[in-house]
Amino acid sequence: MNDDQVIWNWDHALAVLPDMLWAFLTVTLYVTLLGSLIAAVLGLIIALARKTAPRPIAGVLTFVMNFIRMTPLVVQLLFAYYALTAVPPLTLGILIFGIHYATYMAEVYRAGIDAVPRGQWEATTALSMSRGRTWTAVIVPQALRSTLPALGNYVISMFKETPFLAVLTVTDMVRAAQEYGGTNFRFMEAITMAGILFLIASYPTSLLIGRLEKRLVYTT
Amino acid sequence: MTDNIEALQRALPHVLDGLLITLQLTVAGALLAFVVAIGLGLLVRFENILLRGFARTVIEVFRGTSLLVQLFFLFFVLPLPPFNIELPPLVVGILGLGLNYGAYGAEVVRGSINSVSRGQWEATTALSLTRTQRMWRVIFPQAWALMIPSLTNLLIQLLKGTAVVYLVTIVDLTAELNKLRIDTDVFFAYSLGLVIYFVIAYILTIAMNALEARAKHRLGQGTRLREAVAAPTVDTEGDVS
Repeated sequence: MNDDQVIWNWDHALAVLPDMLWAFLTVTLYVTLLGSLIAAVLGLIIALARKTAPRPIAGVLTFVMNFIRMTPLVVQLLFAYYALTAVPPLTLGILIFGIHYATYMAEVYRAGIDAVPRGQWEATTALSMSRGRTWTAVIVPQALRSTLPALGNYVISMFKETPFLAVLTVTDMVRAAQEYGGTNFRFMEAITMAGILFLIASYPTSLLIGRLEKRLVYTT
Repeated sequence: MTDNIEALQRALPHVLDGLLITLQLTVAGALLAFVVAIGLGLLVRFENILLRGFARTVIEVFRGTSLLVQLFFLFFVLPLPPFNIELPPLVVGILGLGLNYGAYGAEVVRGSINSVSRGQWEATTALSLTRTQRMWRVIFPQAWALMIPSLTNLLIQLLKGTAVVYLVTIVDLTAELNKLRIDTDVFFAYSLGLVIYFVIAYILTIAMNALEARAKHRLGQGTRLREAVAAPTVDTEGDVS
């Protein structure tokens, strides 16, 4: 039978895998992990700054945060790509993903901080703890626990948005699949495999986070 | 700067065309997503294992694979055998956005219906309402008020998601910004673009907040719409992943 008439050709499905798995490890996973790290740290800094900074500064920060959060990641990537030509695209991708998701995670932290019971604040006053110690020893540790599942969900979201890196001419997993499809005229296997790999990676993770959520919600 | 303004004036018709495409994608995508969300969200609550299994599979496939993968599938794979379906790019965009965000929305719909209080369900049994009456006259109106904040988040996500469709040859606002960049400069073109997206997102948020206020007021909760529209808040606690 002619190659074109075969609906699904396992030879192509397997041939596209090495390129895709390589891109998965060196780009998709790499950007997700480092981007998440930046987002988690920067998000916490933003959340704390909004709570502790003087009102005008906190106001400006809130506006900038909302602006970043309510505008497309793709346009932000394009902006950075053409404005900062000196920075390597992959580094730029990690930074922009990190900053974009930091604005989401900051809101998660804020909700976590707000959920710390009033009694804890009063206790720190009763013990005449300093402001710094109140935050680092009492509030933040308790806030972090309940935020874990929501942060995890954003990591999965980021993972699924990594194909946007194509905008920076970075070859992520999906772009690798698309390139294979283009040169071999076999989009069926290439694109389907990309979808399957995403599903394999993200579905079990989201189930895990769902279980984590139940455990943490009932015990806090 | 004056050069930029002049270049923008020349390019304005194109930018407006792109904006129109972005708005079409957002509105049509959101409508499709809404229908998909309600349909799958109701179906996934059925006791029949086949219906429930079908809905669950569709939801997880569209949530679990990336939006861009879905757009590429519709754009590159669908025109090939065995499908042989060649869709216009704009339809590809609307379908991709609608199915992807519809699957996320289905979970919101399901969750909101499940969190309508038990007493309400029991009351419908006591009044011996039919299944349809129970859903449309008692449960859904209450679930509707609960689901709007999360749907607002998804709507903003969808608007932001439209920016990626230029990768499947749709000439949307982002595609026009990419052209505008050449005649003006990078900072001018993309800053303008970000501001336009932000304004659309802000207007959508205000509209959805008004919708929420109305839904709550009709349930006898909250203030009248007129009093509630004063200050829009951006709610971000809804789950987007």
